[in-house]
Amino acid sequence: MSEYRSDSAALADLAATWKSAYVHVPFCRRRCPYCDFAIVDESNDGSLDHETYVDALVTEVGMESDFGPLDAVNFGGGTPSRLDPKQLRRVIDALTSRFGLKSDVEMSLEVNPEDWTDEFGRGLSEAGFTRVSVGAQSFDSGVLEALGRLHTVEMIDATVQGLRACGIRSVGIDLIFGHPSETGRSWTRTVEQAMEIGVDHISTYSLTVETGTKLSRDIAAGAPAPDDDVQADRYQQFEEISQSHGFVRYEISNHAKPGQVCRYNLATWSHGEYVAFGIAAHDHRWGVRYRNHQRVERYLEAVATGDRPRLGVEYLSEQEQERDRLMLGLRLAAGTPLTPTARRFAASDAGMAMVEAGILEIGAGRMRVVVPMMTDAVIREALSVSAADC
Amino acid sequence: MHMDQSRIRNFSIIAHIDHGKSTLADRLLERTGTIPERDMREQLLDEMDLERERGITIKANAVRIDYEARNGERYEFNIIDTPGHVDFSYEVSRSLEACEGALLLVDASQGVEAQTLANAHLAIESGLEVIPVVNKIDLQAADPDRVAGELVNILGGTEDDVVHVSAKSGAGIDELFETIVERLPEPEGFPDSPLRALVFDSYYDTYRGVVALVRVVDGALTEGDRIRLMASGQDLDASEVGIRRPAIERTGRLGSGEVGYLITGVKEIDLIRVGDTVTQAGDPATRPLAGYAEPKPMVFSGLFPTDGDDFERLREALDKLRLNDSSLLYQPETSRALGFGFRVGFLGLLHMEIVRERLEREYDLDLVATAPSVEYRANLVEGSQRIVQSPQDLPDPGSVASIEEPYVKAMIITPAEYIGTVMELVQSKRGEMGEMNYLSTERVELHYLMPLAEIVFDFFDMLKSRTRGYASLDYEPAEYRPSDLVRVDILLNAQSVDAFSTIVHKERAYTYGRGMVHKLRELIPRQLFDVPIQAAIGSRIIARETVKAKRKDVTAKCYGGDITRKRKLLERQKEGKKRMKMVGSVEVPQEAFVAALKIAED
Repeated sequence: MSEYRSDSAALADLAATWKSAYVHVPFCRRRCPYCDFAIVDESNDGSLDHETYVDALVTEVGMESDFGPLDAVNFGGGTPSRLDPKQLRRVIDALTSRFGLKSDVEMSLEVNPEDWTDEFGRGLSEAGFTRVSVGAQSFDSGVLEALGRLHTVEMIDATVQGLRACGIRSVGIDLIFGHPSETGRSWTRTVEQAMEIGVDHISTYSLTVETGTKLSRDIAAGAPAPDDDVQADRYQQFEEISQSHGFVRYEISNHAKPGQVCRYNLATWSHGEYVAFGIAAHDHRWGVRYRNHQRVERYLEAVATGDRPRLGVEYLSEQEQERDRLMLGLRLAAGTPLTPTARRFAASDAGMAMVEAGILEIGAGRMRVVVPMMTDAVIREALSVSAADC
Repeated sequence: MHMDQSRIRNFSIIAHIDHGKSTLADRLLERTGTIPERDMREQLLDEMDLERERGITIKANAVRIDYEARNGERYEFNIIDTPGHVDFSYEVSRSLEACEGALLLVDASQGVEAQTLANAHLAIESGLEVIPVVNKIDLQAADPDRVAGELVNILGGTEDDVVHVSAKSGAGIDELFETIVERLPEPEGFPDSPLRALVFDSYYDTYRGVVALVRVVDGALTEGDRIRLMASGQDLDASEVGIRRPAIERTGRLGSGEVGYLITGVKEIDLIRVGDTVTQAGDPATRPLAGYAEPKPMVFSGLFPTDGDDFERLREALDKLRLNDSSLLYQPETSRALGFGFRVGFLGLLHMEIVRERLEREYDLDLVATAPSVEYRANLVEGSQRIVQSPQDLPDPGSVASIEEPYVKAMIITPAEYIGTVMELVQSKRGEMGEMNYLSTERVELHYLMPLAEIVFDFFDMLKSRTRGYASLDYEPAEYRPSDLVRVDILLNAQSVDAFSTIVHKERAYTYGRGMVHKLRELIPRQLFDVPIQAAIGSRIIARETVKAKRKDVTAKCYGGDITRKRKLLERQKEGKKRMKMVGSVEVPQEAFVAALKIAED
């Protein structure tokens, strides 16, 4: 894989053939004010025993049909680092025995710096993790506080250094930009610090106001809201600094040094297949999208009675799958192959307007969004053109 | 059997919106047993949904009731219900022509309004006997003596002539009946002369065709007669003749002084126009009744379907509305911005609003309407005159010697405390002050000559808001006058958008252009590229703003593999954008086209 640039088209097409597994770990010490994910906020509700949930995950893995062997496994959340390495290991063992692992499997999880200990790091290494993404979010303590994060800048440093010491092959961090408390200077310092600390992968997410969150209530009550133009500036700032340090953007929010692409990430956006476990997890295999129960009780109850914990299912026709591949592929720097649907979009008024505006590029058998911050505008039009096929 | 003419009383009820006209009519029908109690419902004479909802009368109606007076005689009352609004003043004048008397009904708490006063003057000019009636005397806020005083000021006479009623409770209704018998004159027709009957309204009935409401002045109208319409010159058969109670009651004959309906089997409403005179084809009258006039639209607006595929449906809907409304005039119009539609002429703003609402509600059409315009006359350098109903029709400024615009005589009634405010407002709208009369110590009647275009803009709303709703307005056409007018064009992305062009007075052009450009900048969402918005007179740019290109349109956040939800969200957003009109390469929301209507407020 190291022979590919992160934004290589050949790599993206290869990723479409990968098989991944996603495991959702819902536990968080406290819900962040901007978060609307399906989580268990343990500052409010500590009734769910981690072991019980891991048992259910293992049972759920056991219910699955043949799939694999796996190219990538990702533990997301929530906060996967709320589980101890032994618990993570139990899930990995279940996945291994059920699906098998490729020899070069990417085994990754998200770690919150607040959970870091050296012992935890050794445990991850023993459990077979090859990649860790650190939920840093910012190197500005003021912004960290505004984001409602419980960890400090020092804890981020300790986590990244510790992971290196444990021999984790690929270390990444997540950053959030565009909070109203952030300034252009503080963002530049955060990005520079991320470069200095020496990571292989950076995910940058623009702060998004989701309905029902504390953030959205605060804004409704008069707190300043994130500004689209400011976020566009910050995104550009990041691009400039990170590129000069050898990072290549391969998806709107994801940037990697050579050979450090997150396989699970790339596979998802390349329309690869993945099996998923845990509450609110989404599964995509054989042209079917399943989603699991969001409520923990319903999930546990279903698993306990031997049922798959499904909340919904969507069967996709060939055309619908092609549409989804187009929609997802437009997020990738490598773009998406010029399938018949993509060609029709390219030839439509809306598609040509996008090209004319310098947002969309067509060439070498592919279609690429070259202004990533405008991707949804392109996808919206692409969807409406492809709607006729479905 | 023909009623003795001396025992017929034909009258209409003149009242402002909400002053209780429909309730009074309901009460009269109920008291005389015309409608059995079980069939009674509110606003019985207003048959259209829109009329009932808004509490207004759009179409005239006529109903016969029988009344046994205290003197023991039976009387035949014909109540002719008329639209009260200025837009329908020609219809009102024809309805009044069919009467000998009118009840001037005024709310005891509100007092006389401009519209009521205008119609009262119309009634007096038509030689009608007017009975002043103060309604809602049982209301807490009622001040019947003050209102009676206002009525005496307008009509003369003494306060003893004013009848006090509560249409709601029925108090005073019996006295009102007796007053009608005593004070209103009997019809003065010649039963033995050749037939002359006035068509004071007509409507289309799916089963019967055109039904004309008529008042027989001379002679008699009998079923089976071969009749002639004197203005249109059309000869038809009187296939059915009768009265309305308000349900149709076939009587076969209407004698002089009587009011009823006439059916000829004709389907085209243009053949039986309001104001025409019906006579016998075999024994025609020598002269028609006076006052026939062609309906004349005063306000014009472009109506365009949001969905271009609905053009044919819009045409069909207009054709159907016209069956009932011969004053509705329209012709196809093409706009570069809005596609295919119609330029529609209306009697006034209310008429325009009603037609639009009926098209949208009754025919399920989604419409974009351009800013209303009046009919200008452009005198060309080469000597001829061009009629301009749409700003786009205004010839190139170089070829125009002068432009004339319609002026109206406007009457405003306002509480005295707002005189200054009203004067200031009217002055800013190029109004020239005429007479001023005090109706009472608190209320004043102001007369102005002002351009209709200013009224059409949003004068009425401004008048209402600046007088906290207390002032009322009425107007009638006066004359054409030369004015210093220019067309302000709006350019989006350097392309002139015809639907936004407006003719305004030169002195206001700059303010208007700046306001419009500013408003559009707020209304037009950011696009993929910078969109300059300019206002121009000819090639001269008078205002400019820019909608900056959109820079971020993405959820740069991982969405946990939930592709379905993300896709649905984007599809919903796209659906929302479908309500936009593509003007060149710029997406313009529907509200932007309405903005021109509201611009003067800012």
